[in-house]
Amino acid sequence: MPHIPLPEHLPGITGLLEYRLDTALPIRELTQILLRGESTLTPGERELIAALVSNRNQTRFCTAAHTKAADLLLGENETAWLVKQDYETAPVSEKMKALLAIAARAQNSGKDVTPEAVERARQAGATDREIHDTVLITALFCLYNKYVDGMATVTPSDPAYYQRLGERIVNGYLRPKDGFPVPQKT
Amino acid sequence: MAHIQVPEGIFGIRSLVMYRPDTGQHLYALAQALLRNESPLSEAERELIATFVSSLNDCNFCAGSHAAAARFLFGQDNALVDQVIQDYQTAPVSDKLKALLTIAKHVQEDARTVSDELVSAARDQGATDRDIHDTVLIAATFCLFNRYVDGLATLTPTDPTAYEAMGERMGTIGYVMPTLPA
Repeated sequence: MPHIPLPEHLPGITGLLEYRLDTALPIRELTQILLRGESTLTPGERELIAALVSNRNQTRFCTAAHTKAADLLLGENETAWLVKQDYETAPVSEKMKALLAIAARAQNSGKDVTPEAVERARQAGATDREIHDTVLITALFCLYNKYVDGMATVTPSDPAYYQRLGERIVNGYLRPKDGFPVPQKT
Repeated sequence: MAHIQVPEGIFGIRSLVMYRPDTGQHLYALAQALLRNESPLSEAERELIATFVSSLNDCNFCAGSHAAAARFLFGQDNALVDQVIQDYQTAPVSDKLKALLTIAKHVQEDARTVSDELVSAARDQGATDRDIHDTVLIAATFCLFNRYVDGLATLTPTDPTAYEAMGERMGTIGYVMPTLPA
């Protein structure tokens, strides 16, 4: 049970973002621009970083949601699963492996991102912006993971829930105009 | 030296939000809403939680600048800021704030360890839903900022007077996006 009363129909992060809208707005806008805005990393690649970081933080809600988003964007469900097992042997480019290695370090501590880890990414063709965005996506998902777990939000077990959530976040992270009304019982 | 080409001579988070203002504006908006908008916790208490988490993450820039903001906001009681960094359990702060700092510490380490017991201990000292929510979100947000600032190896001042000026700015005008000098 969550540590504070949250709407029952809004598990995970969604109920928290509805609880305090003035802080939710910049969090949603940041996520939208960082994961869906213009970038040389595809939305699918950015979701792989989000899934890896959430998995390393062992936040089941965010891991399931962003794995599903990555699967839908990549059009297959192998890569995200393999990245979470071991990104060094996963079917992604050398550049992505180096960026995922930076993400794994930053998930633990910002201080763990060494000049060598950055150099490896550059050698594999990563730009400043890609390195920047990898670190910021990692940092943002540490926020989400800690927010979701620290408030003990509900993690649904039904895979159909994550299918619906994945389909929603593929289209973006902004709040729907009318919020999230309680579903009408039929 | 920073891992990427940020504006020269600019410190910490400011260099990063100048590097990418379209994401930076939302980070500053989040800091402003969380640390300055209405909350049952005072601005000084919220800066203290930010300082405490940044110190646990060993992020010198964020710990130094938010400690300076907290000192500025606590005014004559400002010695408590360094006492909290040293050992919050024996610092001269309320039992409610100690219980909230314990929650923040658990969020920083592993947020899954924020137990019902820790939350009810805070409630026993008078903490409300919003106190608990805001504490967890401040702690989580500074786990973002600390990783962003250190993960890109931004410039960290070593001169304490540099932080004093930052603290006064944060305590008066709040979180306003920096712009490059003309």
